[in-house]
Amino acid sequence: MSTVEKQPRPFVWTRKHLLSLESLSAEELEFLLDSAQSFREVSTRSIKKVPALRGRVVVNAFFEDSTRTRTSFTLAASRLSADIIDFSEKGSSVSKGETLIDTARNIEAMGVDVIVLRHRAAGAAEVLSRTVRSSVINAGDGAHEHPTQGLLDLFTIRERFGRIAGLKVAIVGDIINSRVARSNLWGLKKLGAEVILVGPPTLLPRSFEALGARCVHDFDSVVAEVDVINMLRVQFERIQSSQFPSVREFTRLFGLHSDRFSRCKPDVFVMHPGPMNRGIEIASNIADGPNSGILTQVTNGLAVRMAVLYLVTQAAT
Amino acid sequence: MRTVYDASDVSRTIESLVDRIAASFSRETPLNLIGIRTRGEILAERLARGLQSRGFSRIGRGVLDITLYRDDLSEIGPKPIVRPTEINIGIDALPLLLVDDVLFTGRSIRAALDALSDFGRPSAVRLAVLVDRGGRELPIHADFVGLTFQDIPREHRVNVHLTEIDGRDEILVEPRT
Repeated sequence: MSTVEKQPRPFVWTRKHLLSLESLSAEELEFLLDSAQSFREVSTRSIKKVPALRGRVVVNAFFEDSTRTRTSFTLAASRLSADIIDFSEKGSSVSKGETLIDTARNIEAMGVDVIVLRHRAAGAAEVLSRTVRSSVINAGDGAHEHPTQGLLDLFTIRERFGRIAGLKVAIVGDIINSRVARSNLWGLKKLGAEVILVGPPTLLPRSFEALGARCVHDFDSVVAEVDVINMLRVQFERIQSSQFPSVREFTRLFGLHSDRFSRCKPDVFVMHPGPMNRGIEIASNIADGPNSGILTQVTNGLAVRMAVLYLVTQAAT
Repeated sequence: MRTVYDASDVSRTIESLVDRIAASFSRETPLNLIGIRTRGEILAERLARGLQSRGFSRIGRGVLDITLYRDDLSEIGPKPIVRPTEINIGIDALPLLLVDDVLFTGRSIRAALDALSDFGRPSAVRLAVLVDRGGRELPIHADFVGLTFQDIPREHRVNVHLTEIDGRDEILVEPRT
């Protein structure tokens, strides 16, 4: 039985779009994480569904491939009793040359409440939010941001350690091409963590220092001090060959393998946004081992996306 | 119209509720008390203590957050944060007493009944409230009522304050600010 909590703080969520974590305050981030905590309970029931978004329509508009994020949004919307339309670029009018805005306006004209957008262009969700009346949730825009991934990473870290402030979090690998790194960086900084970005100079320009991160090109120099290691996926589809000498060298210098892992704190928390390149950025025994939070991240992603869908919809009414 | 009820009024009212609830349920059968967040949760705890001191030893407890079941979110002003529902007991085939602070339109109770049906099928659901202020918009009534207020203007609020979160026990009838 819970003890009775103090009165809920008077904070009110007012955003009808979720476009980035950069634009959110620490208070908004905490409100989102607290809400996600409540939504996680729904998934533990025998009937895993609440009527909160009954009669609302959510469209998954994915202009880039995705399995995890799209599935997670679909399940989140269905647990809130919304109707879900899946829209993908392949076989659609987009391949006939229709612009993003025209496509979105047409989708909206069918009476859609929320558009979940994934697009290769940075800023696509922002542009869309200024054009349509629906709520817009950014599910990844180029190398800019992936706010729900950032939130689920924050949620998972907070759940593991009971706090975020004061933790040292290393984000490792292909930083320059990573929207996950940027969303994590903004969220972690706002909630008081120290962020250490780790990668080769070609994939980690010094400009990230201006965003408040420590930039390190020697992974071994920080492994012993960090509480969390978030291993990014090597995005072969985005990397230019000049940025990336060889897979073997990358793995040796920036992969998380047994030798390097043995020098980490015993309770270091290992994360990965998926999909993993096993044996390249992370060794299988570590990804599947007791320090790994990788599957917990996926579970928490559902609760976070339920909270986001619910809050943007409520703010729009 | 009386507008202030103090701690001794609240305590007498709860005692009287406990007496009537105790007379209506069997001590031999488990009884589940589910409070509606936030003040229904506290009232349920107090009722449970009272029932235990009257020989009810098999009391199950739970808390219901009805936010996700409401149909009046656009009318209740600032959106409350959704908080977890905690029903970690089996509620099937047992009597269940739902507890709330103020019964007004009946919409919260409708939402609570919907939520409960996602957790199981009690043999009977009864409702206990500290205050019935009238103004029902649905065919819902309470089985155990502490105080009945009549002719309260719709634009007035009935605010129940309880020591555990508000620092003191009192009931105030006030114009909506």
